[in-house]
Amino acid sequence: MAVYRYPCPLSSEITPRHLFFSRRALLGAAAGGVLAAGLNPAGALADGEAAAAARGWPAAETPTPKNDVTHYNNFYEFGMEKSDPAELSGSFHSRPWQVQVDGLVEHPQTWDLDALTARFGHEDRLYRMRCVEAWSMVIPWQGFELGALLRAAGVKADARYVAFTSVVRPSEMPGQRSGLFSLHWPYVEGLRLDEALHPLTLLATGVYGDPLPAQNGAPIRLVVPWKYGFKGIKSITRITVTDKQPPTSWNQMAPEEYGFYANVNPDVDHPRWSQSSEQIIGEGSLFRAARRPTRMFNGYAEQVASLYKGMDLRKEF
Amino acid sequence: MTLSPSAASSGRSSGQRPSGRRRARFSPFVRQVFLYLLGLIPAVSDIVRGEMNALGPNPVSFCLHDFGLWAFRFLLLSLAVSPLRRFARRDFMVYRRPLGLLAFTYAALHVVFYVGVTRHFDGRVLRGDFTTRPFLIFGMLTFLILLVLSLTSTRKAIMMLGRRWTRLHKLVYPAMCLACIHFALAFKTWHVEPFLYAALAAALLALRLVPRAEVRTS
Repeated sequence: MAVYRYPCPLSSEITPRHLFFSRRALLGAAAGGVLAAGLNPAGALADGEAAAAARGWPAAETPTPKNDVTHYNNFYEFGMEKSDPAELSGSFHSRPWQVQVDGLVEHPQTWDLDALTARFGHEDRLYRMRCVEAWSMVIPWQGFELGALLRAAGVKADARYVAFTSVVRPSEMPGQRSGLFSLHWPYVEGLRLDEALHPLTLLATGVYGDPLPAQNGAPIRLVVPWKYGFKGIKSITRITVTDKQPPTSWNQMAPEEYGFYANVNPDVDHPRWSQSSEQIIGEGSLFRAARRPTRMFNGYAEQVASLYKGMDLRKEF
Repeated sequence: MTLSPSAASSGRSSGQRPSGRRRARFSPFVRQVFLYLLGLIPAVSDIVRGEMNALGPNPVSFCLHDFGLWAFRFLLLSLAVSPLRRFARRDFMVYRRPLGLLAFTYAALHVVFYVGVTRHFDGRVLRGDFTTRPFLIFGMLTFLILLVLSLTSTRKAIMMLGRRWTRLHKLVYPAMCLACIHFALAFKTWHVEPFLYAALAAALLALRLVPRAEVRTS
């Protein structure tokens, strides 16, 4: 029997999701063509870069494919393999979610996640991400500056550091159930206050235009693009402003391998491997991995090098 | 494919075997080759899946680590052969050589992937790697031992070396120990897996310490 079949393309095949949602930005960019041209001196743009430029991202880098960004993760709460976070995070509930902001602030407050995004909104940031394991990605985040939240909280004069705490939910996070050799939970991280207030320091709530999936640190995580990825604590529950350098998880685990600062630095090797170059995830082939030299402060030296003037970065690694 | 012509000849030879044992349908050499080819399946599978983009976002590191793991597994299996004969009266001696060669083959793939695919044969980087990083030094020493053992695994080498061959091939014990250390250091934190493998290795090595005389009396 003849059955009449007609083509049924998905709507996303007709207009890619990111283009649909950025149609106004595209119009804006067309109007302000000067700006777009300024961002893209190279001229001819790849599709991804055109979209990036339209959204106001610096267009110098091609974003890592979304599937790689969401399926190659270090999130030990869900397991030690890179594929574990995507596979084993199905029962993690990232809503409702609250973030407690306390310590040396004028207005300690527990924020509901929706209140945070309503108050601080979100903007696009295309950042390089350099893992301490010598691989890298380029990731389109959405989020707001940590500095905005800290300023709203009113940092007191004697504050010097910001401490971050992640979540402990062994019932939803299988990596927290296996005790042997694991990190101590909750995962904790910290920044110096000037690092925390730096405009590059982001609290991300989305990636690739979607709310953060569990494996990327739902619903809110830290992104500090000039530091190794492990500084970017995921699923944040508490932000405490303090006057003492807070403990950080990897530093507690192996202090000789992971320092408090963890700034990307090609000249200071990990004791077990070189940091002078990095593998680019999502590029290259099975028989030739794509590599590039690692840049000082992950390429953000112009913006952040002044924070570390006078410091011996070999000692304070 | 290599099996078909020799299958006929080994069928003849199996007739001469003593009746109590299970009949061997193929000659020892054919069985060795067959096991070796069988042992290459994981490598072929990795490479095919890698080419088909089915190994996740970092196929290079997947293959690198999987080859290392298989090298370790085959080294363990090759070390299990003589204890099995001694304590379980199961004779797999024919398969020891292909198992050892498989361990070497995977170790070689592992090294080639590291040196070539991930480091692009960059001499400066590699010199630094292999002179300053204990983790890599342990791995490289393991590989060098396996290389020597493979080169001396031919019948001719065995004849030429005589008694010294046995002594030389005892190097497989330090190789196993070095591989355990290399594996344990390969992760950012201590992982359980290397310790399970090391426990197996320790057990196999410990069996060699059981005095011979005791076994004979039992």
